[in-house]
Amino acid sequence: MSDLPLEQQIASTPSMEEAIARAERAEQRMYLLLFAPALLLVLLFLGIPLAILAFQSFREGDSFTLMHYARIFQEPIYWRTYYDTLEISVIVTLLSVILGFPLAYAAAVASRRWSALILALVMLPFWTSVLVRTYAWLVVLQRRGIINTTLLNLGIIDQPLSLSHNFVAVLIGMLHVMLPFMVFPLYAAISKIPAELLQAGHSLGGSPAYVFRRVILPLSAPGIIAGSILVFILSLGFYLTPELLGGGKTIMVSSLVQRNVELYLQFGAASAVAMILLVTVCIIFWAVDRVLPVEKIVGMR
Amino acid sequence: MRTLTRAVSVMSIALAATLSTAALAQEAVTYATDGGAILDAMSPALIKPAEKSLGIRVITDTNADRYPPLKAQVASGKPIWDVVDFSAGYCARGVSEGLLEPLDYSKIPNAASVPAAFKDTHSVGLSAYATVLAYNTETFGDNGPKSWADFWDVKKFPGRRALRNYARPMLEIALLADGVAPANLYPLDVDRAYAKLKEIKPHIAVWWTSGAETTQLLVDGEVDMLPLWDGRVSAALREGAPAKFTRNQAIMENTCLAVPKGTQHKDSALKLINSLLDPKGQAAWVKEYTTGPLNTEFAKYVDPNRLKDLTTSPENLAMQVPLSATWWASPAGADAEKRWLGFMQN
Repeated sequence: MSDLPLEQQIASTPSMEEAIARAERAEQRMYLLLFAPALLLVLLFLGIPLAILAFQSFREGDSFTLMHYARIFQEPIYWRTYYDTLEISVIVTLLSVILGFPLAYAAAVASRRWSALILALVMLPFWTSVLVRTYAWLVVLQRRGIINTTLLNLGIIDQPLSLSHNFVAVLIGMLHVMLPFMVFPLYAAISKIPAELLQAGHSLGGSPAYVFRRVILPLSAPGIIAGSILVFILSLGFYLTPELLGGGKTIMVSSLVQRNVELYLQFGAASAVAMILLVTVCIIFWAVDRVLPVEKIVGMR
Repeated sequence: MRTLTRAVSVMSIALAATLSTAALAQEAVTYATDGGAILDAMSPALIKPAEKSLGIRVITDTNADRYPPLKAQVASGKPIWDVVDFSAGYCARGVSEGLLEPLDYSKIPNAASVPAAFKDTHSVGLSAYATVLAYNTETFGDNGPKSWADFWDVKKFPGRRALRNYARPMLEIALLADGVAPANLYPLDVDRAYAKLKEIKPHIAVWWTSGAETTQLLVDGEVDMLPLWDGRVSAALREGAPAKFTRNQAIMENTCLAVPKGTQHKDSALKLINSLLDPKGQAAWVKEYTTGPLNTEFAKYVDPNRLKDLTTSPENLAMQVPLSATWWASPAGADAEKRWLGFMQN
């Protein structure tokens, strides 16, 4: 046991640390470089247009004004529309959890072949445009659509049911589009739950309901929350589906934007409407993050 | 040597002068319009003949959204466009925002046979379309609703209905249904119109937004009656929709021609407008494209079989009601339009 190695070790430590720090810095630089194209893309095609939108919302003619915002706060139709939009988004989110959970659970516990099939079926609508899917629902739900014709031919009903061009049709159409966004995060969370935990729960005498409540549900919570955030935020911006399936009776914020731009040429007003929706989303997101940090939920840390 | 130089410069000046007179003779006028099928049909029927007879070059600039660029061009003081066409609402707006040159009608003799409802000091109608009442023949046979009052009569004509999700021209339709005479329509009694619409609201299954939607509603039999554009009803009938329509009390809207304020070629612009309103040219235009030319003289040159399907045939003009774009561009019109969304939500 000589003193030398220890001395050497002590002497070498700072330079080692330095080397490591250098290497880390170099690595970070490289990451930044790799990251730059994506960042640039986001800045160019999201950041700048958003900044223009924000600028525009304070303009009327050539001067700055708060009139667009003032109007939104004064006119009840705007509040009503924001409220309706939030309400629909919450309903769609809740329904997609209820419908998506069994699907994701089945995909997670089934054999590999079945699981692949289930996920492929969830995935399939993703490859079709929203417009086509929405029109497809119209074909299914409308007065002379598949459901009504079948029920009429079978003699179950003698007057066609009102299935399309109403609120229920909007919900069906939106759910269909949103379901994959719920199923995939849920599937990721559920398939990470170790089977041993469920076995332990059952072998210790827990009823299926108890195991579900105490083991599966808490452990899949990150998936539920991640899926809910995705579905909720995407639902807030829906335009096509409510417009086509709602028969004009379901008015969402996006329709307000469209009307302001296309019918009234009020770009400032339209921008303000969009900015308020954006701020609302940010506030909701921030509040959720306060209660349940997002990094934790999606398992980044 | 010096004389040679002088000779060359004299020659080049002379050459330049001839070239510039040639350029003057071949003055170019820029016409901003929609692209697509309508221009394809308009080009050989109206634009090419105009170039030939006027000795000018017409540059067409296709742009679907022409009002914002017009505004920017006029503000710059040197507009690129010399003639522009719009749906009439924009012409009315252009007048109130001071973006258009007043028209000298002595230079547009063809405008004399454009009906008075479709021209004003700063713009003149080019073509018209109408919002007609269509109904499903499987539901009503041949005895469907024939007027807006019938549309409101849910006892006599039970069935699903659709209306446009927009104040224009639903307020006109409501007032006609309430018994207002076409001649007394304007200024619109907005309160009365909304009250009448409120009456029918519970019976409306679909509030349509796009023209394509209306064709589909009629083809699929989703609703039993609805007001829709005449071009769309023809499309639905071609697709085999079990439907009929009436032009009785149909609301006519139009496109208009105007000259941007500050144009460098005002004279040629007016000449071009006059040529675009040429009755024979307008008649040739509808051979290829279904529209309603507003120089009513065009009817003389169109096959009667074709004529009866066009918005502006003399017979159809007589039973239809022109919409006043000027009223809708007024503060009262803008207010009426803004009330729509609140009406929909209550």
